[in-house]
Amino acid sequence: MTTITTSSEANGNVSAATARAAQQAAQKSQAGRAQPVTLAKSLNTALSDAMAADPSVLVFGEDVGLLGGVFRITDGLTAKFGDQRCFDTPLAESGIVGMAVGMAMNGMRPVVEMQFDAFAYPAFEQIVSHVAKMHNRTRGAIKLPIVIRVPYAGGIGGVEHHCDSSESYYAHTAGLKVYTPATVADGYRMLREAIASDDPVMFMEPKKLYWSKDQVDLEALRAGHEADGGASSEGTAAVARAGTDATLIAYGPSVPTALAAAAAAAEEGRSLEVIDIRSIVPFDDETVCASVRKTGRAVVIAEAHGFASVSSEIVARVQERCFHHLAAPVLRVTGFDIPYPAPKLEHYYLPGVDRILDAVDNLQWED
Amino acid sequence: MTLSTDRSPEHRQGTGSAAEPAGGMDASENEPAVGADLDAPLRFGITAEDYMLPARQQIQMVEPTGLLKATEAQGTQPGHEYQLPSTDVLLDAYRHLVVGRRVNDQNSALVRQGRMAVYPSSHGQEACQVAAALCLSKGDWLFPTYRDSVAVMTKGVDPVQTMTLFRGDWHGGYNPADHQVGIQCTPLTTQLLHAVGVAHAAKLRGEDTVVLAMCGDGATSEGDFHEALNFAAVFHLPVVFFVQNNQYAISVPLAQQSVAPSLAHKAVGYGMAGERVDGNDLVALMAVLDRAVALARGGSGPLLVEAHTYRMQAHTNADDATRYRQDSEVAEWLDKDPLKRMRTYLQAQGLLDDAAESRIAEEAEAVASQLRTGLGEDVPVDPQDLFRYVFSAPTTQLKEQAAMLADELARDAAPQETESAQ
Ligand SMILES: Cc1ncc(C[n+]2csc(CCOP(=O)(O)OP(=O)(O)O)c2C)c(N)n1
Ligand SMILES: [Mg+2]
Repeated sequence: MTTITTSSEANGNVSAATARAAQQAAQKSQAGRAQPVTLAKSLNTALSDAMAADPSVLVFGEDVGLLGGVFRITDGLTAKFGDQRCFDTPLAESGIVGMAVGMAMNGMRPVVEMQFDAFAYPAFEQIVSHVAKMHNRTRGAIKLPIVIRVPYAGGIGGVEHHCDSSESYYAHTAGLKVYTPATVADGYRMLREAIASDDPVMFMEPKKLYWSKDQVDLEALRAGHEADGGASSEGTAAVARAGTDATLIAYGPSVPTALAAAAAAAEEGRSLEVIDIRSIVPFDDETVCASVRKTGRAVVIAEAHGFASVSSEIVARVQERCFHHLAAPVLRVTGFDIPYPAPKLEHYYLPGVDRILDAVDNLQWED
Repeated sequence: MTLSTDRSPEHRQGTGSAAEPAGGMDASENEPAVGADLDAPLRFGITAEDYMLPARQQIQMVEPTGLLKATEAQGTQPGHEYQLPSTDVLLDAYRHLVVGRRVNDQNSALVRQGRMAVYPSSHGQEACQVAAALCLSKGDWLFPTYRDSVAVMTKGVDPVQTMTLFRGDWHGGYNPADHQVGIQCTPLTTQLLHAVGVAHAAKLRGEDTVVLAMCGDGATSEGDFHEALNFAAVFHLPVVFFVQNNQYAISVPLAQQSVAPSLAHKAVGYGMAGERVDGNDLVALMAVLDRAVALARGGSGPLLVEAHTYRMQAHTNADDATRYRQDSEVAEWLDKDPLKRMRTYLQAQGLLDDAAESRIAEEAEAVASQLRTGLGEDVPVDPQDLFRYVFSAPTTQLKEQAAMLADELARDAAPQETESAQ
């Protein structure tokens, strides 16, 4: 496999500063009331706004009440909306999701928090057998507008069971939408869209980006959601950085890394386009393929193990749809096919800027 | 022990600190857990433990022979007294019992004729089926399992729609919201949590909905059973958990699932009341479930009722019960048949004459004939339905796949047209 280097330094996680700089360069800085906002704050604001807008929106899970969640995403919601609308449950993930199913059957819009990626597994049966299937089983009579928020992926020096990239399990399950924001503004926008969706949404939050900041105007985002309910952006990928020579396709925690790689490539005179998938399900083939047809080369980047994963799916789709436009095989930079490593080893595992640039170098350039 | 009254309902929602010791208790007495229902025992003048623990004997009102038991012998003790249901209630229940038995046997025949893919029969458990539906009021919800078709019908769902699941043209044949009946659930005990959620939503809106959630004896070993009981108790929700202990989980007898004194005893661990009832005694079932529903509706929190019954036939038509149980055991239960018992009881009480009996038999026959017709029909299936309901609006990918299948089918049809045109 030519896409992998063993340089420990090269594969290190992209620094927050680099990611921020890249993001800010990509997002033409907004005028008006834009100010530095973290992803955590934009998610928190989205929850609060959704609860204010619709009394059937309920938030529950483990430690989401007084504590505000271990990542503070639900901070202040119990104080603002009362302990009937934002509350702690007993420690039982299947119970949390199963109860959400019943609540949604009976008129509520539950937004539940799984404390960490790997601790959502006890709820897997409820998610796969009921959340995903109820609408189909009842021929559309029963809709389950449930959002299951999952802080996921690594890069935070977390110990075992706190860093899984579990998105492929959910993406593989028909009937679930799977969203993963990579920017602060998308955090707000996409969480509002997820809560407004009549279909269940697995909302995968890259936990290493919780404290990343962008210049964002939350008022404008709120007004934007109220104006069109997310109809314009829901389910679409975004061009995070425009380029002409090759396409980097990434999602969630890998987007800032891809942007940093594109910035570095630019210095070497190579123009890389970065596509932020945002919505894994439904998948925006159009945006992805438009980019690859234009550039003729692509690298897919994901933290998750590559084998039988979302990244494999993207490669297959691009190959099926863009074959005659491709100048080189579509390559991947992904996590190794190993259990998520211990903190001192994770930088070997995570896709980093150098590993991405090596993959780009291997896209059979003529010169 | 006497319970102090200073522990307000708020206390049990877990918003306060852990329970402080009440005055005057000696060391041998345990404080009931936070979350326990403290009003009901007070009302009945008994301790929390005596309220939560099932009565020493299962509740039985009518003997297998059809004889009404003396009140003292019905299994009741202070706080566990049960009212004999009214004549009207019992006659209506008997009517459903007869229909239920006919439906079970009709469906088993339809399976043999290849008209249904599979049917997990509740033959022998019809008293439980009927009581589970009849104890509920309009607007109350029922969450059944694959074995509970008769309960689903008794709650008002059309018989043919009820059996659609087993006919094989869709996963469910009715809209749960029409009669407040969940789709019959196969992943064991997952439906109990849906029951909890429905009750929780209703409670938050201030409605007085009660939810009855059903499962089998084997299913009580599943994790969701425990999570559902605990959630219902902690959130103090009006859910009646109704376990039909028919002695087997496919081939595995109860002794290999649990060594608890009874399944109803499991209630106390979650701070709710449990009760055992003879599951082949429709009179006792109606009495116990009616009271459980009334308590739940009155704000006493969830309850667990275990009905002792027997699966008279194999697990499904695909199972061979002779591999794991003796015919003699089955024969013993023939004498405890719920239908025979109820008929003898009603006749002895002078409540059921021949005319009424034949009216009911006719009604049962009409339902059976409806099933034969409905399930005998070849209902056309629409392959495009495969894509229609996965999401509320099909994704681009599903539209592409739908078009591919449509094209395939069109091409399959095309050569024949060409041939016939020639
Ligand atoms: C989670 C799960 N595991 C296994 C099965 C397969 N299965 C179907 S019914 C059954 C036995 C259940 O026994 P019990 O709960 O006593 O109910 P009964 O069938 O006797 O009514 C099993 C093991 C299942 N449906 N769901
Ligand atoms: Mg059983």
